[in-house]
Amino acid sequence: MSTPIISARKLRKVFPGKGQEEVVAVADLTMDIEEGSLTAFLGPNGAGKSTSLRMLTTLMPPTSGTATVCGHDIVKHTAQVRASIGYIGQKNGISPYQRLRDELQSQGLMYGLGRTESTRRTDELIEALELGEVADRRAQSLSGGQKRRADIALGLIPQPRLLLLDEPSTGLDPQSRANLWEHILQMRRRHGMTLLLTTHYLDEADQFAERVLVIDRGQLIADDTAPRLKATLAGDWITVTVPTQTTTTAAEVIRTTARSSGARDPEPDISDAGGDSQRLIVTVDRGENLLPVLIRDLDAAGAQVLTADLDQPTLDDVFLTLTGRSLREESQTVHTAEPTMTGAPQ
Amino acid sequence: MSIAADSLHVFTRELKPVLRDPFQLVFSLVQPLTFLALFGPLLSGTTGQPLSETFQWFVPGILVMVTLFGTAMTGSNLLYEIILGSHERMLVTPVSRAALLVGRACKEMVPLVVQAAVLCLIAAFFGFRPHIPGLLLGLILLAILGMGLGALSYALGIAARKEDWIFWAVQQTVLFPLMLLSGILLPLSQGPHWMEVISWFNPLTYLVDALRVLVEGDFADPAVWQGGIAAALVTAVGLAVGIRSMRRSL
Repeated sequence: MSTPIISARKLRKVFPGKGQEEVVAVADLTMDIEEGSLTAFLGPNGAGKSTSLRMLTTLMPPTSGTATVCGHDIVKHTAQVRASIGYIGQKNGISPYQRLRDELQSQGLMYGLGRTESTRRTDELIEALELGEVADRRAQSLSGGQKRRADIALGLIPQPRLLLLDEPSTGLDPQSRANLWEHILQMRRRHGMTLLLTTHYLDEADQFAERVLVIDRGQLIADDTAPRLKATLAGDWITVTVPTQTTTTAAEVIRTTARSSGARDPEPDISDAGGDSQRLIVTVDRGENLLPVLIRDLDAAGAQVLTADLDQPTLDDVFLTLTGRSLREESQTVHTAEPTMTGAPQ
Repeated sequence: MSIAADSLHVFTRELKPVLRDPFQLVFSLVQPLTFLALFGPLLSGTTGQPLSETFQWFVPGILVMVTLFGTAMTGSNLLYEIILGSHERMLVTPVSRAALLVGRACKEMVPLVVQAAVLCLIAAFFGFRPHIPGLLLGLILLAILGMGLGALSYALGIAARKEDWIFWAVQQTVLFPLMLLSGILLPLSQGPHWMEVISWFNPLTYLVDALRVLVEGDFADPAVWQGGIAAALVTAVGLAVGIRSMRRSL
């Protein structure tokens, strides 16, 4: 196996809280990220995602634990780590006082590129990210989506092996989010880099990440591909409705069929579906394979199937299974386990 | 990269918005020009001296005032870059924290020297006749002072990053006493003794005195080296405090 591009061992960050209490923002994070992968940290606000990223980018030192990024220790060799990575923070990286073209050229020089190379990459990224029309305007006049694409350009100027993105699409409308992701994936294909991002958008992690690290209250609670997380932690739901008088028969058939398929909990939930029918729900693995079998078995047992549905889980269901809480609902509430800025200009 | 090369890149970055939009320099000349236009004749009338002689005494003080007000506000740019996020991005570049501060502080020298030169040119139409080598040395002293004051302003901006009103509250509290207690507008020897005593602890006093003798070409006056030491001291303290703050600026 190749050397991981990120390797963290028991990485921990503790902030002083109110009074004597301490806030453990990240608790003993241990992980390896393979080069070339696209990995998402998924969790609600305040889960410790951004703090993890900030430690890995050397913005803040860990309280304890060790980590290497691109082979460099994040505490002992901060300059080498920073020279190897690109970073796109939660807020906009372009100064409101600057013009995008100037900011990109300055960024290149700060990464040690020569003036010519810096200008070449600036022009290339402006074109690739479709920012030509606004490249010579002050950043404060750019739209939210344009600023985010400018951030990506700033992160990519040094052509990093590793690009870290902290909630890259937060605050964007759906169209701008889709456009942003199109550009991120296009840039990844073009430059072949490793991406590690944080998000609380379930669909983003599900759709784009090859690996999902679920983090909650500072703890890494799951680490796998999205399909495997869903299959192993949540399962598929089969819902059938049958006439009330055949409910007992149907329940028995479902129990037997689900058990034979290896379902962890073959007992169906039964509820009234109205109109003299009952609804039976059972959680199984690979529901798309089991559903036709189940319909056939019910039919053979004389339990007429009125309706049948297959619901596949989302990462929110995974989070619900792991924590007992819905990530979708958690994301509506802003937790502040880590220090935040206040006093932004009105 | 070396700190010098890093600082140069930061310096260039900071200077670009000024070069792209020089109107902001013109606009910031309004305040000192107002003082020249309104306070100058008032001073001339009070002392009974011709305006040209009054300007010979008054303009050096205005140059120090431009340095003070021009550089003291600059920390607000960094403050907003911290709040809005671009400073965080800068902190993840390979540029050292020291260079992030030094480059910014060095940039302060450029607009203030340009503004001072323009003011001298305008004042020349009303009889201001500086000794040119003396004025040039004075501008160098102002540039050094501006770098130090700018560094202190950045440190204040960083300190106020979680409560931005603090930046403006400190500005309001500190700037006017500093100006009034440096003899920029009126000679402190005419005021109560306690004011003069306080002014001895104000580095701006020494800069104002140094510039007044330098525009007369009096290089041998002790005020010159005293002004130089005051400027160097402000810059040394400013850079030390500023770099320390920059290292803790997240």
